[in-house]
Amino acid sequence: MAHGPAKGITRWLYTTNHKDIGSMYLWFSFAMFFLGGIFALVIRAELFQPGLQIVEPNFFNQMTTMHGLIMVFGAVMPAFVGLANWMIPMMVGAPDMALPRMNNWSFWILPFAFLMLVSTLFMQGGAPNFGWTFYAPLSTTYAPPSVTFFIFAIHIMGASSIMGAINIIATILNMRAPGMTLMKMPLFVWTWLITAYLLIAVMPVLAGVVTMMLMDIHFGTSFFDAAGGGDPVLFQHVFWFFGHPEVYIMILPAFGIVSAIIPTFARKPLFGYSSMVYATASIAFLSFIVWAHHMFTVGMPIAGELFFMYATMLIAVPTGVKVFNWVATMFRGAMTFETPMLFAVAFVILFTIGGFSGLMLAIAPADFQYHDTYFVVAHFHYVLVPGAIFSITAAVYYWLPKWCGHMYNEAMGKAHFWLAFIGLNLTFFPMHFSGLAGMPRRIPDYHMMFADWNMLSSVGAFLFGGAQVLFLYIVVSTILKGKKATAEVWDNPEGLEWTVPSPAPYHTFSTPPEVK
Amino acid sequence: MATSEGTYYVPEQSKLPLWASFGLFLTVFGAANWINGNSSGPYLFMAGGLVFAVVLWNWFGAVINENMAGLNSAQLKRSYVWGMGWFIFSEVMFFAAFFGALFYIRNIALPELGGAIDDTATNEFLWKGFEASWPLMNTPAEAVSGDAATVKGPDQSMSFSQVGSIWSWLPFWNTVILLSSSVTVHFAHSAIKNNARRAFNAWLGATIVLAIVFLFLQVEEYLHAYHEMGLTLQSGVYGTTFFMLTGFHGMHVFLGTFMLTVMWLRSVLKGHFKPDDNFGFEAASWYWHFVDVVWVGLFFAVYIFG
Repeated sequence: MAHGPAKGITRWLYTTNHKDIGSMYLWFSFAMFFLGGIFALVIRAELFQPGLQIVEPNFFNQMTTMHGLIMVFGAVMPAFVGLANWMIPMMVGAPDMALPRMNNWSFWILPFAFLMLVSTLFMQGGAPNFGWTFYAPLSTTYAPPSVTFFIFAIHIMGASSIMGAINIIATILNMRAPGMTLMKMPLFVWTWLITAYLLIAVMPVLAGVVTMMLMDIHFGTSFFDAAGGGDPVLFQHVFWFFGHPEVYIMILPAFGIVSAIIPTFARKPLFGYSSMVYATASIAFLSFIVWAHHMFTVGMPIAGELFFMYATMLIAVPTGVKVFNWVATMFRGAMTFETPMLFAVAFVILFTIGGFSGLMLAIAPADFQYHDTYFVVAHFHYVLVPGAIFSITAAVYYWLPKWCGHMYNEAMGKAHFWLAFIGLNLTFFPMHFSGLAGMPRRIPDYHMMFADWNMLSSVGAFLFGGAQVLFLYIVVSTILKGKKATAEVWDNPEGLEWTVPSPAPYHTFSTPPEVK
Repeated sequence: MATSEGTYYVPEQSKLPLWASFGLFLTVFGAANWINGNSSGPYLFMAGGLVFAVVLWNWFGAVINENMAGLNSAQLKRSYVWGMGWFIFSEVMFFAAFFGALFYIRNIALPELGGAIDDTATNEFLWKGFEASWPLMNTPAEAVSGDAATVKGPDQSMSFSQVGSIWSWLPFWNTVILLSSSVTVHFAHSAIKNNARRAFNAWLGATIVLAIVFLFLQVEEYLHAYHEMGLTLQSGVYGTTFFMLTGFHGMHVFLGTFMLTVMWLRSVLKGHFKPDDNFGFEAASWYWHFVDVVWVGLFFAVYIFG
C-alpha cells in the first residue's frame, strides 16, 4: 500500500511525486523571484536620482533584460506550474499527475536552463542587454556573444514548459475522479487547462523565433536583415504572436486562484461559474489575434492598426465579466479578511487598474504617445505584480496549511500584505505620471523633471523587496513550527483538497474519491 | 519497476528525468560553445548527446517493459495517447512560425522594401532600384551595391516555373514518395490490427524504404542547389526560407524515419505489438502522417507557388 517519501536528497532528485515536484517548482520560483528582485533593485537604485551613479549603462541594460527574463520565465511561470502540480491532482481527485516521470523532467530542466542564462552575466561582453523582448537587430547584429547561450536557454525552458503543459492537460482530461465532470472542476483547474493549451500553442513559436535569431547571427540567413530581403519587423510579429498569449499564460491561473479564495472568505459560492469558464476561453482565443497592439508605432497600415485596436478592446469584455463576478461573489457575503483574502481583494482592485491602463494603451492613436514610456512599465507591472505575484502569494497563504500542516502567523501575514501593498503602489503608481510626462523606459539616466516620481518609485521598490524577505521568513517559520492546521483549514471551503488531512498525505487518492 | 496502488498507477522514483535534464543541458551548452568558437564545444556537445541518447534508450526501454509486464492501466495508456497528440500539436505550431515568416516576407516585407505599400521612401532612400519579386533572385543589397553586395541572391530558384516538365521535377517525385509512404504506414497499421505480423513488417519496411529514398533525394536536391544553382542558406531571404522550411521538415522526416525503424526492429527482432496494444507504433505513425501533411504544405507554399 501507500509508501512514504524516500530518505535523503534522492527523494527530491529522483522523485515522481506531484507534491515533491510542486514544492521544488515553488522553491525554485521563490529563489528566482529574489534574484530577479535584486536585479530590479539595482535598476531602482540607479534611477533613485538623475545622472549615472552606480552602474554602467551597458550593465543597466543587462539588468533590465535579466530582470524581465528571470521574472517571466523563472519566477511567475514556474510558480504557477508548481501550484498546478500541487493542487490539480488533488482538485480533480487523481493520485498524481498523468505522466509523473516527465513531470520531474520538466522541473529539472529549469535549474540547468537558468544556470546557463545567469552565467551569461560572467561571460565576455556581458549578459544579454537587449531587453526581455529581445528585438532584432539589437539581439542579432548588435548582440553580445552570450546571446547564443540565451537562445539555447530559451530553447530548453520552452521544452520544459511544453512538457509541463502536456502533463497538465493529460491530467485534467484523463485523471478526473468519476463524477468530476468538466463543468464541476474548480476554476483553477479550468484556467490551467486553457493556460496549458496556450503554452503548447505558443512556446514552439518562441522556439521558432530564437532559432531564426540563431541562424541570422551565426549562419548567414536573412530573416531579420533587410539587405537580404528580410525584415526586423518580422521579429516583432513572431515574438508577439508568442508574447501576447504569454501574458495571459501569466494571468489566467491567477484568475483561477482568486476564484477559489474569494468564495471561501465571502462564504458564498462563486457567482457565475460557467460565465467564468467561457470568459477564460474567450480571453484565450482573443490572445491570438491581438499581438500587434505591441507594435502600433512600427509602421503598420491603418487597417492593421484598427483591427488590432478593436480586437484588443474586446478583451475588456470577458475580463469585465470576471471582475463583476468576483465583486458579485463578495456582495452581501459574510466577509472576513484573512491574509489570502486581503491579497485576493487587492488583486481584484489593482489588476483592474492595470486593465484600465491596458485599455488606454490599446487606443492606437494614444499609444503613439505612451509607447516605450514608463506608462507601459506601470501598466504591465500593475497586471504582473498585484496580478500574478499577488495571486501566487494569496495561493501560498491559502494552501500552505494544506501543504505543511501548520497555520501561518496571521498578524505577520497581514503585515506582509500591507508592506507589499504600499510598496508596490508606491513603486508603480508614480510610473504612470513619469510615463505620461514622457520618460522613456530602459534608460539609466533621465531628465530632472522626472526626479521626484523616480525617487518615490525607488523607495517603494525597496519597501516591496523588504516585504518579500518577511514573506520568506513567514513561509519558513510556518513550515518549521506553526499551529497545527485542521483538515478544512478555513471556514467550510469548497473543493476536494479540503477533504484530506493537513498536511496532505504523500499519495492523496489511492482510490478515486466520490464526487457528488 | 512500477507499482500499482489501488486502481491507480504510481511509478517509483526514477533517475531518468534528472539525467535527461543533465544530458539536454550539456548538449545545448556544448552547442552554444561550439557555435561561439570555443574549442571545448564539440566535445561537450557530443558528450551531452551521448548522455541524452543513453537516457532515452533506458527511458523508452522502461516504458516498454512496464507495458509488457502488464503494469499499464487503460488510463495510463490514454495519458500516453494524449501526450503524443499534444506533442504533435506543438510541432505544428513550430512549423506555423516558419510558414508565417514565409508569408509575411513574401506578402508584406518584400513589397514594402520595393516601395509598393505606402512607404515608397524606404525604397527611394534605402534600397533604390530594388524591385520586389518572388522567388527573390536579386536582394535589396544587390540592387544597391551590385557585385559588392553583402547578401547575394541565388542564380536559380526551386520553383515549378523553372522546370520544363513536371515528370522531370524532383519535388513532384518526392511528394509522390512521401504520400505513398503515408499509405503504406496505414496498411501496416491495418495489418497489425488484423494480427498479420508478416504484412505489418513488410508494409512498415516499405515505408522506411520510401522514407530513406525521400531523404536521399532531398540531399541530392540540396547538393544540386548548393553546387549548381547558387542557392544557399546565405543567398538572401529566398534561400533562408527555402532551406529553413525544407530543412526543418527534413530533420523531422529523419526523426520520423528513426522512430519507424525502431518500431520495425521491435517487431522483427522482438515480436512486439499486439492487435489491440500497439501505441508505440501508432504514435510513430501519427508522427509520420504529420510530417507528410507538413510536406504537402511545403510543396504548395515553397515549390508550386514558390
